[in-house]
Amino acid sequence: MTNDSLQTEAQLNADFQARIDAEEKIEPRDWMPQKYRQNLIRQISQHAHSEVIGMQPEGNWITRAPTLHRKAVLLAKVQDECGHGLYLYSAAETLGISREELIQALHSGAAKYASIFNYPSLTWADIGAIGWLVDGAAIVNQVSLQRTSYGPYARGMVRICKEESFHQRQGYHIMMTLMQGSAAQREMAQDAVNRFWWPSLMMFGPHDAESAHSAQSMTWKIKRQSNDELRQKFVDQTVEQAEVIGISLPDPDLKWNEERGHYDFGEIDWKEFNRVINGSGPCNRQRLEHHISAHEEGAWVRDAIAAHEAKKQQRANRAA
Amino acid sequence: MSHHMKLYEVFIRSRRGLDHKHVGSLHAEDAEQAMEYARDLYTRRSEGVSIWIVNSSDIHASQESDCESFYDPLDDKPYRHATHYQLPDKVNNM
Repeated sequence: MTNDSLQTEAQLNADFQARIDAEEKIEPRDWMPQKYRQNLIRQISQHAHSEVIGMQPEGNWITRAPTLHRKAVLLAKVQDECGHGLYLYSAAETLGISREELIQALHSGAAKYASIFNYPSLTWADIGAIGWLVDGAAIVNQVSLQRTSYGPYARGMVRICKEESFHQRQGYHIMMTLMQGSAAQREMAQDAVNRFWWPSLMMFGPHDAESAHSAQSMTWKIKRQSNDELRQKFVDQTVEQAEVIGISLPDPDLKWNEERGHYDFGEIDWKEFNRVINGSGPCNRQRLEHHISAHEEGAWVRDAIAAHEAKKQQRANRAA
Repeated sequence: MSHHMKLYEVFIRSRRGLDHKHVGSLHAEDAEQAMEYARDLYTRRSEGVSIWIVNSSDIHASQESDCESFYDPLDDKPYRHATHYQLPDKVNNM
C-alpha cells in the first residue's frame, strides 16, 4: 500500500467513526471498514439463523397443541419467526453476501445460531416457557438493537420488535393458564421454567470481559448495551412476572439488592454454555440435520420454479 | 411530436436510518437524467439525503380491487396482536 492510500484509508476510518459517534446510521453504499462489514454479517446472519432454527422446537408442538385456538396462535407465531429470519437475511444481503452463502455457512457449522434452540421442547409448558422467557430475552436484546448503527439492521429490528410482543404475551398466557390449573399442570409449568431459565440467561452471551466481539461492536455501535447490562435488565423484569403467576425461578441466589437497585443472581454454568455452543447440546445435531434435509428435500421446488421460468422465457421468445 | 420520455418513480430517504419513501414520478430520457430531475423537482428544500430512481414499468403492483381475496386469509387472526392477550395489570406492560 502506498503512503497516499494509507492516509486515505485512515481518513475514511476517521470519517466513518465520526459518523457513528454522531449517532448517524451507516447505509449499504457507504464506505465501511472491512471488519465492520464482516462483524455485521456474522451477527445478522447468526440472528437470522436463530429465528429459522427456532421454528423447530416450537413446530414440534403444533400438531399437539391442547386447543384449536392455541394451535392457531402457535402456527401464527412460528410463521412470524420465519418472517423475521427473512427480514434479517435480506438485511445481511445488503452487505454483499448471498443467501446461498449464508445457508451454506449454517450447514457447514461456520455460522452459529442461539444455543437456546439446542434444547428440546419436551412438554406443552415448554411452549409457554419459550414464549415468555426465550422471546422475552430476545426482545430485551432486540429493543436495544433498534438503535444499532447499521440502517437496514436497525429498521429490521423495529419491524421485528413490533411483532414480538404478541409472542411473549402468548407464552406468558400459557404459563398463567397452567398455573391456574391442576397440580400436574402447575408442576409441568414449573418444570419447564426450571429447564429454560438458565439457558435463557445464557442467550445474552459471555460476561463482557470474556466476550470476543463486544468491545469493537460497542465502539462501532453495532451493539448498544453490553451482554451483562441486558441480562440484568431481563432478570429485573422477569422476577415480578414470575411472582404474579406464582412460579419460582430456579436460582437460590436470586434476591433484591437495595444498594444496586437490581436483583442479584447466581453464576451461569459457563461449561454448559460452551458445551452447547460448540455442538454438544441435547439437540444440536438434530436441529442442523433437520434444516439440511428440509433444504435438500425442497430442492425440487426451486428446480421447478427455474424450469417454469425457462419455459415462459422460451414461449415469449417464440412469440416475439 | 410523438416522442414520450420514459416514466420513473422517485423514492427519497429524508434522513439516514429511515426507509426510502415514494414521493412521486417524473419523465426523463434515462436514469441519470431522472436523478437530476428528481433532485430539482423533489428535493428543492433539502428533503432528502438519498434518491432512488426506478423504472415505473418495473413496478408490479397488487390491485386494490383484489383486496378482499388477496388479504382475506389474514383478516381473522386477532391473536396476532399483543392486545389479544389479557394479562394481570401488574405485568401488562409486557
